[in-house]
Amino acid sequence: MPEPLLEVSDLRIRFGGFTAVDGLSFSVRPGEVLGVVGESGSGKSVSMLGVLGLIRTPGAEISGKVVFRGRDLLTLKNAEMRAIRGREIAMIFQDPMTALTPVYTIGWQIAEQIRAHEKVSRRAARDRAIALLGEVGIPAPEQRVDAYPHEFSGGMRQRAVIAMALSCNPALLIADEPTTALDVTTQAQILDLMRRLRADHGSAVVMITHDMGVVSEIADEVLVMYGGRAVERGSRRQVFHTPRHPYTWGLLDSVPRVNGPRARRLPTIPGTPGASGQGCPFADRCAHSFAACAEVPPLTGDSGHLDACWLPEEKRTR
Amino acid sequence: MIGYILRRFGAALLVLFAISVLVFLIFFATPGVDPAARIAGKNADPATLAQVRASFGFDKPLPVQYALMMKHLFISHDLTSFVNRGTLVIPQIIEAVPVTLSLVVGAAVIWMVLGVGMGTLAGAMRGTLVDPLVMLLGVFGVSLPVYWLGEVVNLITQKQLHDSVFSWVPPLGYVPMSEGIGQWALHLLFPWLTLALLYAGIYARLLRGELINALNEDYVRTARAKGLSERRILVKHALRCSLIPIVSLFGLDFGALVGGAALLTEVVFGLPGVGKLTYQALQNLDLPVIMGTVLYAAFFVVLANAVVDVLYARLDPRVRRA
Repeated sequence: MPEPLLEVSDLRIRFGGFTAVDGLSFSVRPGEVLGVVGESGSGKSVSMLGVLGLIRTPGAEISGKVVFRGRDLLTLKNAEMRAIRGREIAMIFQDPMTALTPVYTIGWQIAEQIRAHEKVSRRAARDRAIALLGEVGIPAPEQRVDAYPHEFSGGMRQRAVIAMALSCNPALLIADEPTTALDVTTQAQILDLMRRLRADHGSAVVMITHDMGVVSEIADEVLVMYGGRAVERGSRRQVFHTPRHPYTWGLLDSVPRVNGPRARRLPTIPGTPGASGQGCPFADRCAHSFAACAEVPPLTGDSGHLDACWLPEEKRTR
Repeated sequence: MIGYILRRFGAALLVLFAISVLVFLIFFATPGVDPAARIAGKNADPATLAQVRASFGFDKPLPVQYALMMKHLFISHDLTSFVNRGTLVIPQIIEAVPVTLSLVVGAAVIWMVLGVGMGTLAGAMRGTLVDPLVMLLGVFGVSLPVYWLGEVVNLITQKQLHDSVFSWVPPLGYVPMSEGIGQWALHLLFPWLTLALLYAGIYARLLRGELINALNEDYVRTARAKGLSERRILVKHALRCSLIPIVSLFGLDFGALVGGAALLTEVVFGLPGVGKLTYQALQNLDLPVIMGTVLYAAFFVVLANAVVDVLYARLDPRVRRA
């Protein structure tokens, strides 16, 4: 098994008295796609922002270890971290409509990133921006390179953002719900694009999403988060075919089925997201909760399929 | 961009025409008022009244009166004040313009530098002690009325401390640039600072708010994720976008000030500018002068706005197509 590219252990992020991420551990191998799933507020985005050192809220406390290529990112100085951001680890955000600075052309913004990390001429950076825009499927890139963000549609902007993220050939691409703000046909195109680019550039990808469909299409490994903790982790096959955590069951059940009898109502997970104060974070909303759930279950399991649930083996049926 | 500029100035011309018509109608076609009597001033003799009637064509239809008025203003430049017997209006205004321009341009440079500097500092250092301190300074500037601050400055620099610290301060009044840039600037130094203080405070507060909003924008997060330096993010991304509303406000303020809104500063510091001219004309009910200065003020407000809109389009590509 190759060395992990990124290894996060016991990451904790607290804002004042609120714990957003509570002892999260995971790893990403080179070239692998890790799908991080969970509802809004489960701590997916904030944990990735923490990994990149992009949390700037005053009073945020971040602890744990984030080892990337042998270096603990949490201990790096600002300047060292800047050299990694954008060059070795790139991040794409949810809303392409607001992710680009409105007053500069697309090409300028891509060239800016290239020139922040490599000593290349303006001309060369621009040529690379054109090539990248072509690569992500922008038609007539030599003209579109001079377009402003408001002249692009949402899907095109997300393509431009992806082109920018890939401009320095990062080893790891963190994509925070890159398809959520787009319509369904565009979503499929963007996923296709990401799959193709991953094959071409060989970047590992952490794909944050709340959409099980997206995960099932693109991920090699899946991490299910709830209340700032990992509740299940395993290969895509394991998680989709033999899900072990009641929360994962709930997530999978709430995906509409095309085959089989049509449900009168789509099943939902009762209650609202948010960790209960003590014990298993999901206990309040779990149909299977029992006495043991008053304690926090550890993430355990074998053959790479881990889950955090006290439920005995014979009761693990959906 | 060229097309935009042409369109914008075309629109400005149209607005100027509309304003001139409106001003004309207010002065000459207000029902129940004899414009000739107004223009001739109080207790005018019948001969003067007849002269006014003939020269402004009050026996002719309104469009002709308008044309005659514009001819007096812009072509023959012979609009005459009857209150100050025989004084020509246009040369008076032309004489006052450089004074007002000197005052306002200098103050504008100072307040933009101070305002943008203070606002950026406070916005970027948010959460530290610098932010509230700078903002306190800004509130201080905003809350001092110009007429009071000006008088206090005069009291200190011209009287109380004139024999010691401020012995280099020249007497009040205006010295044209032709008599030396140094003397010109020295005479205007305290008027500049007094006028700029108020605006610097307003602009600093406004920019700080804009900057803090911009720093929370998604594009700033993207810029951070790109690995840019904080300085570059602040200047090239956040500040660049925050300046857009500042520029539009600047256009309005600058236009209004050149148009005569610097009146209080001019009066306090004894500067014979357009504001002071209007002020005197209003006290004497000198209609031709008032009309001249109103049109002049409108001209500068409209011109400044057009220039700002062009600048705005330069700053914000989203505007160009609109």
